[in-house]
Amino acid sequence: MNYLNKSITELHNLLINKEVTSEELIKEALTKSHEVNAKYNAFVTILDNAKPTEITDDLLSGIPFGIKDNYSTKDILSTGSSNTLNNYVPFFDATAVANLKKHNAVPVNKTAMDEFGLGGTGTTAHTGIIKNPWDPTRMCAGSSAGSACAVASGVYPYALGSDTGDSIRKPAAYCGIVGYKPTYGMISRYGLFPFASSLDHCGVLTRNVTDAAIVVDEMKSKDDKDMTSWDSSNINLYKNLTKDIKNKKVCYIKEICDINNYPNANQELKKHLDNFYQTLEKLKEIGVEVKEESVDKTLLNALASVYVVISCAEATSNLSNLTGIVFGPRKDSTNIFETMKKHRTEGFSPLIKRRFIIGSYVLQSENQERYFRNAQRVRRLLVDEWLKLFTKYDAIILPVSTGPAKKLDQNETIKNEENTILEEHLQIGNFGGFPSITIPNGFINNLPVGINITGNRYNDQTVLNIAYALEQQMNYQNQIAREINN
Amino acid sequence: MNEKTKYKAVIGLEMHCELKSNSKVFSSARNSFNEIPNDNIMPLDMGFPGTLPVTNKKCVSDAIKMALVLNCQIPKYMTFDRKNYYYPDLPKGYQITQFYNPVGTNGHITIEVNKEKKDVLIHDIHLEEDAASLDHYDDISCIDYNRCGVPLLELVTEPCLSTAEEAVAFLEHMRNTYRYCDVSEADSKKGQIRCDVNISIMDYDSQELGTKVEIKNVNSFGAVYDVINYEINRQSTLKDLGRYNEVEQETRRWDEETKSTIRMRSKADAIDYKYFPEPNIPPYEITSAWINEIKSSIPILPLERKNIYMTKYNLNDYDASIIIKNKAISDYYEECLKLNINPKIAANWVITQIIGSLNELDININDFYLTPNLLKQITDAIEKNIISSKQAKEIYQKSIDEQKEPKNFISIENSQITDETALQKIITNILNNNQTQIEQYKNGKTNLFDYFVGQVMKETRGKANPTLTKEILQKELNK
Repeated sequence: MNYLNKSITELHNLLINKEVTSEELIKEALTKSHEVNAKYNAFVTILDNAKPTEITDDLLSGIPFGIKDNYSTKDILSTGSSNTLNNYVPFFDATAVANLKKHNAVPVNKTAMDEFGLGGTGTTAHTGIIKNPWDPTRMCAGSSAGSACAVASGVYPYALGSDTGDSIRKPAAYCGIVGYKPTYGMISRYGLFPFASSLDHCGVLTRNVTDAAIVVDEMKSKDDKDMTSWDSSNINLYKNLTKDIKNKKVCYIKEICDINNYPNANQELKKHLDNFYQTLEKLKEIGVEVKEESVDKTLLNALASVYVVISCAEATSNLSNLTGIVFGPRKDSTNIFETMKKHRTEGFSPLIKRRFIIGSYVLQSENQERYFRNAQRVRRLLVDEWLKLFTKYDAIILPVSTGPAKKLDQNETIKNEENTILEEHLQIGNFGGFPSITIPNGFINNLPVGINITGNRYNDQTVLNIAYALEQQMNYQNQIAREINN
Repeated sequence: MNEKTKYKAVIGLEMHCELKSNSKVFSSARNSFNEIPNDNIMPLDMGFPGTLPVTNKKCVSDAIKMALVLNCQIPKYMTFDRKNYYYPDLPKGYQITQFYNPVGTNGHITIEVNKEKKDVLIHDIHLEEDAASLDHYDDISCIDYNRCGVPLLELVTEPCLSTAEEAVAFLEHMRNTYRYCDVSEADSKKGQIRCDVNISIMDYDSQELGTKVEIKNVNSFGAVYDVINYEINRQSTLKDLGRYNEVEQETRRWDEETKSTIRMRSKADAIDYKYFPEPNIPPYEITSAWINEIKSSIPILPLERKNIYMTKYNLNDYDASIIIKNKAISDYYEECLKLNINPKIAANWVITQIIGSLNELDININDFYLTPNLLKQITDAIEKNIISSKQAKEIYQKSIDEQKEPKNFISIENSQITDETALQKIITNILNNNQTQIEQYKNGKTNLFDYFVGQVMKETRGKANPTLTKEILQKELNK
C-alpha cells in the first residue's frame, strides 16, 4: 500500500480513523528513503530507528517528514552537507524542528543540500550530486535539493528547507512541487546553520498549498533566541485559507516576463513564458485583476550582483566559526592556526571558497564602500520598488527560472547573461523578507515548471490564498515525480 | 621619571571594562567569576552553528548610562557590528561590537590631576563582548569560554593626555565612576580593566604630530604609568639621536619582566577587521523616555560630591578626597549628614575610626555593624556631654566587638567614669576622709594602695575607670 503520496490532511484522517498507523507510515517512508537515496542521492542521514508518535488532533502527529541538513537536530548528525561538519552531532534542536516535534511530527531523514546552502544546483553536497527525480540527468536546483527531491518522490508529504536566494522556491519549481518561505522572522532561525543571516529564511517544501500552510503554522513562533523573530500567534494560515480571491490585484513585470527581453530565447523559454501568460488567464477567470507593470531594467540588472556581494559577505563571516576547534573533524597540525587553516582548506568545496574570497574582498576596508555598501543601497532600491508595487497590488506573480530543470552536465558557468534577471529575480523576496511561494505550473517537454507569487511582509495569508486558488484552477497538486525519457 | 620631558607627549587611552550583569551580553550564560573552566557557557559562547545573539537590555542600559556620564552624544538607535578575525579565543570568528554607531560619541569629562581640573575628551564609548581566555602550558593550551561573551565597555579618549600622571588619574577617575554608577566592579586584579595606550612625542613648539605607537593589553594602572614613561623615554632618545625614523607606526606590548615594550606588528601588517553591521540584531530605538529613566539612576558623582563636601560642609581637600574614594563610604557619610550629625564630626569618625575598622575587619562598609543610626547614638552622647570623646572611642570599639548598640554602654548608670576632673574630685574627697591611712601608707604600708582603690570603687559603685583611678591615686599619694 502506498500512503505517502497523500496530503497531510488525508494522512491525518487515515491515522485518526486507524486505517493506518504512524509505524506503518514511518516504515514506508524509510523504505522509500533508501530507494530514493540509491537513485537520486537525496539524503545525508536516514533515521532507520525513527519511532512512531501518538496520534493527536495535531495534523502533523505521527506523520513522517524530512529535515534539510542545515537544521540543527539534537542527537542526529547535522552536516550542512559539508566535510567541515561531517561528524557533528548537535545537542540542541533548531526551534523550528523543536516546534514540529512538539506536534508529534516524526523526522525520518536529513536531506542533502548544496554545502551550507551556498549553491543553486544541488551538486556541491559532500555526499555527492543530488539528481532530479523526473530526470536523473538533470539537477534539482538548490540548495534545498534533497528536500525537493524527496517530497517530489513521495517519501513523505513535506520536508524542511531554507531559502537565502531562492533555495526553496527554485528546487520546488524544478521538482514540480510547492515551495514556501514565509515573511522573514515568522519562523525562528535559531538552529539553522547560517549562510547570509539577513537573507536566510526557514520554509517548507510540500505537494500542495494547504500542506505548506499547515506545516508553517506549526513551525512558526516568536523565539526568545532569535531577535529577528516576531509574534505571529494571531496568524493561522491553514484555518484562513480560502479560494475566494475575487477582486485581488496582482501584477507581473514586463522586464521579466516579456519574450522581447530575450532576443536569443530558445523554444523552451518561449514555451515557459507562454505557459506563464496562460496561467495568468486562469487567475483572471476567478476574478483576479492582473496587470503588467514596468520596473527600471538597470535596477533589475543589478540584482544578481547585489545578491552575490551581500550573501558572500555575510557568509564569509557566518562560517568563520568552522575551525575544527570546538566541533567538526579536528585536523592535527603543528599549531592552532595551521589546524584551523587545514580544517577549512580541506573541508570546504571550491565553490564555497570562491564565495569566501568574494565576501572578504567586498568587505575589505578599501573595497567596502564600492561593493558592500553600494550593494546594500541597491538592495534598498529594489525592495522599495517592490514595496511601491505592493501599495497597488496584493502580490507580484512571476515565472520561475527560464524553464524546467537544467541538465547536470551543462556547465553552469556558461550562463546566458540575458536570462540573468529571469533566473535570479526570486532573490528580491529575500532582500525584502517577503512571503513567497512557488507552485507547479504544468510541464514543458514533460518536465515540471513553476510559477511564483510574492506579497508584502506579514501578508502571508494573501499570498497563500492566491496560490491556493490558482492551484485549484490547475491539476498539478499532489503530483509525484515519474521519471521521463527525454 | 617625573622631571619635565624634553618633548611633549601626546597620549590616548583605550579602556576596556567588564560590566556587571546576571547574564552575558548576548547569551543567557551567567556572567560571574567562576573558577571551574567552561561552566558559565551556552551554545552561542562556543560558536555552535545556528546559535544567535540576543542582546542583554541591562548591559545596553548601563552602556547608555556611562555614555551619559561622559557627556556623549547618544545615537537614535542601538546597533552592533561584527569585527572579523580568526583567533582560537574567538569561537564565532568575529566579535560583536559597535563600530559604525557607538552608544556614545564626542564626550568629555572633568578629572583632577594634582588638585588641578582637566577636561578629557572622549572619542567614543561602545558595548562589545569579551573573548575566551587562553591558558598556555608547556605543551598544550586550554581554552576557557567562561569569559567569552562577557559584556565589555570600551572607552576611547582623544589623544588629549600628556603625562603618565594624567593618564593614571583619568583611569582612576573612570574606575571610580564605573563603581559609583554600579555598572562594574572595575577590579584590574580580576582582569576587569584592560588598557591600550597610544603615544607619540613632538616638539613643544611644533604643530606636527609625531609617529603614533600603540601598546596593547596593559593590565594595571601601574603598568600604564610605566609604559608611558618608557615609551616617552624610548621615543625621545631615538629623536635625540637623530634616529626618529626608527619610531614606527606599530603595535607593541608591555613586558612586565623586562619592564620594556616589545614590537608585535607594524601598521602595514594591521588586520583588516572587515567591520559590517550585525544582521542578527535589529536596530532598536533608544527613546528619550528610556534615556530619562537611565539619567535618573545616575548618582551624584565623586567630583561633584567632593565639591559639595568642601564648599557646603567645609571639609578640607584631603578629607573630602578620602571620603569620595569609595561610593559606599561616601553614601555612609551622607547618611550621617541626613541624620543631622555634624559634617565635620561625621567626617572625622569616618576617616579616623571607621575606615580603619573596615580595614582591620576586612569588610565592606555595607557589612559594618555600626550603621549611621548607631553612630549617631555616640555622637549625640558626646554632644550632650554624657560621655567624653575618649569614652566615645571605647564605646565605639565595644559596640563593634560585641555587636551591641552603643546606647547599651552609654547610659549614665553603667557608663564608666573616665572623666579625670570628676574622678579627681571623688578621690580628693576620699583622701580627705582617710588621713590616718595616708599616714600609714606614707610610712611604708604600701599595700594600702589597694584600699584606696577599693574606696573609690565603693564610692562610684564600680564605675570609676581603674587605670585612671590608679593614676590619680599614685599622683595624689606621692605628693
